[in-house]
Amino acid sequence: MGELKVLNGGGEVAVTTRLSDLLQWARKWSLFQYPFVTACCGMEFMATAAPRYDIARFGAEAPRFSPRQSDVLWVVGTISQRQGPVVRRIWEQMADPKWVIAFGTCASCGGFYDNYTTIPGVDKVIPVDVYIPGCPPRPEAVLDALMLLQEKIQANDRKPIVVPPKLVPERAPGRTVKGKS
Amino acid sequence: MSQAVVDRLRAQFGERILETSDAFGDHEVRVAVKDWVDVARCMKDDAELQMDHFIDLTAIDYPERQAARFDVTLTMRSSRNGARIRVRTQVRDGEEPGTLSGIWAGANWAEREVWDMFGIKFKDHPDMRRILLYEEFVGHPLRKDYPIDKAQPLVPYREESEIVKLPPFGIEEGQPFARIDWESRLAGRDYQVSPSIGVQQGQRRTLSDSEAAEQIQARIEARMAREAAEASEETSKEGSGE
Repeated sequence: MGELKVLNGGGEVAVTTRLSDLLQWARKWSLFQYPFVTACCGMEFMATAAPRYDIARFGAEAPRFSPRQSDVLWVVGTISQRQGPVVRRIWEQMADPKWVIAFGTCASCGGFYDNYTTIPGVDKVIPVDVYIPGCPPRPEAVLDALMLLQEKIQANDRKPIVVPPKLVPERAPGRTVKGKS
Repeated sequence: MSQAVVDRLRAQFGERILETSDAFGDHEVRVAVKDWVDVARCMKDDAELQMDHFIDLTAIDYPERQAARFDVTLTMRSSRNGARIRVRTQVRDGEEPGTLSGIWAGANWAEREVWDMFGIKFKDHPDMRRILLYEEFVGHPLRKDYPIDKAQPLVPYREESEIVKLPPFGIEEGQPFARIDWESRLAGRDYQVSPSIGVQQGQRRTLSDSEAAEQIQARIEARMAREAAEASEETSKEGSGE
């Protein structure tokens, strides 16, 4: 949470920060999600949402099946041309501030559906904040995306970002985990 | 088992069965479009055949065939005696075979899919609409002359220059099949699917659109020249044989 100053004088303690920082801090830890789940990535999304990986740790576990009550639109799976107007309309119905996560390769760029049926990435229709590569992505990548989104919210940064790949330490001995430290 | 069905149909329809085959144990009969519904109804109602299980109805596009461009095939099975058979008919572009939805209810949606994908209408169908694509779609995508990369978006795509994605996402995202260097792929030099990934890994350079178009055109011309040469060779052989 931004810059925190602790003032301690005569037994009284006060903490100062900027109001916008406090607001962003509150937002990033209470992300209500709208899961727009259309394809097989949904299985991995369910795994992430379930207790083993537990996105409740990030305050992002509450699904709201009304776009008017949700903060994050999870686009999980292939978006066909026919669904384009639907996902666009749901995004338009969400109240600001709102964020979009493209979950998996199909939602990010169309995946291997390079033909008349599929929108090549949901960002052709709505702006996306975080892209998660993978077919499907592992739950760890999804949690990485969520943490990236939290960082973006705290920094008030709307530039799109792709979850970076990581090396699994035990499979690449002697190498450290790449990506963010 | 299915040979009995073919024999029964021959006995019933005689000359109206144009052709039969049993390649790899798959029995098949070919009929004319005008006999399409009659043969199907006989299959369903005949006490001996009892083809009560409608499996599939689909079409195949042969754009090089002058007389009748499409094959419509009907696959069915009998749950009573286990026989399985395929009926095939050749359909001209614009010609309408009769609907089978009055015989098997399942044919209703299968025929709508054939209309959607190939543009073959079925006469007397109760509900001849598209089933998978949207009404705004122009053309029929499984016809082989439908452009492979032609999409018809319902929502106009966003055009914002600040969208910067890291590879493998980016300008050539997805798998642009037209840009794949098929020659080197077939020669075993290149197994990359996405050009961007290939470049990233230093496998080969990306083909631009115009280069890809040139390559495709050159391949088409080479194939046509080869086929012409083979054809002339055959005719000269026949001539010398006689």
